[in-house]
Amino acid sequence: MQQFRQLRPVSKENIPLEQIHTMISFKFFEEFGRYLLLMKKSFVRPEKMSIYRKELLRQMIEIGVGSVGIVIIFSVFLGAVLTVQTAYQFTSPLLSKSIIGSIVTNSTIIEMAPTVTCLILAGKIGSSIASELGTMRISEQIDALEIMGINSAAYLVLPKVIAATIMIPIIIIIGAFLQILSGLVVGHVSNVVTATEFMQGSVQYFIPFTVTFAIIKATTFGFIISSVSAYLGYYTTGGALQVGNSATRAVVASCILILVFDYLLAELLL
Amino acid sequence: MIEIRDVRKAFGEREVLKGVSGMFETGKTSLIIGTSGSGKTVLMKCMVGLIKPTGGSVIYNHDVDFTLLDEEGRKEIRKQIGMLFQGTALFDSMSVEENILFPLNMFSDMSVKDKLNRVNFCLERVNLKGTNKLHPSELSGGMRKRVGIARAIVLNPKYLFCDEPNSGLDPQTSILIDELIHEITEEYNITTIVNTHDMNSVLGIGDYIIFLHQGLKYWEGNRHEVFASTVKEMNDFIFASRFLKEIKERSSGN
Repeated sequence: MQQFRQLRPVSKENIPLEQIHTMISFKFFEEFGRYLLLMKKSFVRPEKMSIYRKELLRQMIEIGVGSVGIVIIFSVFLGAVLTVQTAYQFTSPLLSKSIIGSIVTNSTIIEMAPTVTCLILAGKIGSSIASELGTMRISEQIDALEIMGINSAAYLVLPKVIAATIMIPIIIIIGAFLQILSGLVVGHVSNVVTATEFMQGSVQYFIPFTVTFAIIKATTFGFIISSVSAYLGYYTTGGALQVGNSATRAVVASCILILVFDYLLAELLL
Repeated sequence: MIEIRDVRKAFGEREVLKGVSGMFETGKTSLIIGTSGSGKTVLMKCMVGLIKPTGGSVIYNHDVDFTLLDEEGRKEIRKQIGMLFQGTALFDSMSVEENILFPLNMFSDMSVKDKLNRVNFCLERVNLKGTNKLHPSELSGGMRKRVGIARAIVLNPKYLFCDEPNSGLDPQTSILIDELIHEITEEYNITTIVNTHDMNSVLGIGDYIIFLHQGLKYWEGNRHEVFASTVKEMNDFIFASRFLKEIKERSSGN
């Protein structure tokens, strides 16, 4: 205990607050600069198109098809819960029950499917990309690619980013459809709103632009999840512990950026 | 051949290489030896361009200074380099065949049949015939090293770099790997550079040896001159084992 007390003065408490802010700013700009440089290195003309096409297809299957299961389970339950809870809040006989269908459909298309599903996907895809690249880094597989004369960033990062940017919007569309469908079925089965009323509300207040908005959001989030996770995995240093850290940081950073860009896109486009 | 001239490397304040020079000739197996932390791996990474040296030159083939080349120029040299990594760096998601095929798919226009013939030839050369469909996780340490060598030589490289090829291997397998590297070097007239602290390698295949200590070259020579060394740091390293110390004492007594 005595020793612990003696060590305390060495902590950041002695560093002026302004200096800490400067250090954090420098760290942020340094990381952001390195991220941009990695993107620049990744987005170049591939050495051999056929190999990259094969890798892109592999990634599309891994990222896209590999995530369908969790998205189906998540969407079915989220749609059901959304309907039941919305119905619970509308007890007034003056309100038409069709409004439940409208709320479930609009909130699913605008927010639940693109944003909440992408937060789930950030956990699955983000950690997978970061740990894959992190392991390749610490086991010198990335060095091996460089020694062969291959642009490792372009070979490893580009297919992942393109695959995620293409596949995530498709998954989100499937997810949105399932959420609305499960809301409709559960509402009908549990007797809170009939299928006709639900459909009536869904169609009556439907704004077509919300679908475009959802796809723009899903594309942006797909890029964020894949590029940020690839960046954190690609620059992993150390050993197995650091690979785990990179995966965790990838999920946390992706989730925060998804929420920030969710707000920015809403401000810009709605 | 590869020549290094006054290669220096510092990480912040810490100078890891303090000016190392040497000449690695074609058709010979050259060794960089030294204790852990002496700068062997950093020197090798400077030579292949994975680390940018703080100063000095790495000259390939008499007149190409690798340190002055741009990314495209480096790529051209790297296509002539094969490298065996300490942990082999085989791609886990690929089979043995796919690992060896990978450089061929990237850089050659051979037909599929020719590529497979080349893969089978390389696997036979490293005594791993019939292991095509196995994955790296299904191989022993020695087999993984041999697959690493097969992948390194598949494009007929002019330069072969091996970073601690014996680490984690039993003595018998270590000797087999050393002999394989030495044979391949002579057979294909390659410039081979091996990073090691294995004494069997030093005494068995060292055509040219550089001894590094604390980032400086303390000694150079060949395997036949090792026992005659008068450099204290070198002798402390080479004769660290009681067995070799006794041999040296006996030979100097005679």
